[in-house]
Amino acid sequence: MANNNIEARVRKIIVDQLDVNDEQVTLNASFLDDLGADSLDTVELVMAFEEEFKDELKGEISETEAEKMRTVKDVIDFINKKLAGE
Amino acid sequence: MFECDLSGKICAVTGAGRGIGKAIAFALAEAGGHVICISKSEGSCGGSAAELKTKGFSAEHIAVDVASSKEIFKACKAILARHSAVDILVNNAGIARDNVVLRMCEEDWTDVIDTNLSSCFHWMKNFLHPMVKKRWGRIVNLSSVVGIIGNFGQANYAAAKAGIIGLTKSVAREVASRGITVNAVAPGFIKTDMTSGLGDGVVAEILKNIPMKEFGAADDVAGTVRFLCSQAAKYITGHVINVDGGLAM
Repeated sequence: MANNNIEARVRKIIVDQLDVNDEQVTLNASFLDDLGADSLDTVELVMAFEEEFKDELKGEISETEAEKMRTVKDVIDFINKKLAGE
Repeated sequence: MFECDLSGKICAVTGAGRGIGKAIAFALAEAGGHVICISKSEGSCGGSAAELKTKGFSAEHIAVDVASSKEIFKACKAILARHSAVDILVNNAGIARDNVVLRMCEEDWTDVIDTNLSSCFHWMKNFLHPMVKKRWGRIVNLSSVVGIIGNFGQANYAAAKAGIIGLTKSVAREVASRGITVNAVAPGFIKTDMTSGLGDGVVAEILKNIPMKEFGAADDVAGTVRFLCSQAAKYITGHVINVDGGLAM
């Protein structure tokens, strides 16, 4: 349940930030290759994730972590891992 | 037509303790901006901020050695804890360590590059995040005509000032779509402490090359910076405006 909730929140941010349709936001969709984002868009996406999940993340997403977030799934996994206390 | 109301804008000016930086701090404050005066010594930036406040303007100060990226990072954190964003950033802090290349030691080279050029990168990097979020920002970096035409005995200074131009144009391209403009102003010879040490012979020689036959005033530069920060300049980005009496056309 919590899992679905996070996915929904991540999807909503991506749809809003990148101005894409919900159907385009598949789990394996790449921000740069499939969703039309440029590198500045990805910076903004990370900022938006930080804001939305500030209670769960308890801090900023580092540059190294941000660079690894290439697909929708990468982001959801990252946040779930943080929630699991890893 | 020339609209220059900076009411409510948070402005950070480095090297605001004296000279051109101080004139810029006053110009932005007079337009209604809240000015954060930044310089290496507490007394220097504190003095400018106190003077601004005495005149009824809105100001604060923070002492930062801009040669240190760590100090800049710390200062940005402190500033962004008080303000949600810095709307206007003016990178003006700079030093000169003149010598001919054959006599220039490595320290004089790196000190000038760190203080004059790398500092611009660090301030911009830290303040761009909230600007991007806000979809509004103005960045003005102080270059110099010396960065365009070179100058005897100023290889380090000229390299840093030329570097600022490339940096300005690149960042301008990166953030243009987010409502942020990034420009450079290149002063020629301006009456400040930095040029007051020049001998009469040197001054006469310099004046020969300035079509307007005089040194500029710090306010001439400050007015140009204020224009670039205004709404009137919203479609100008990635440019270098010389304020030099025609020296480097």
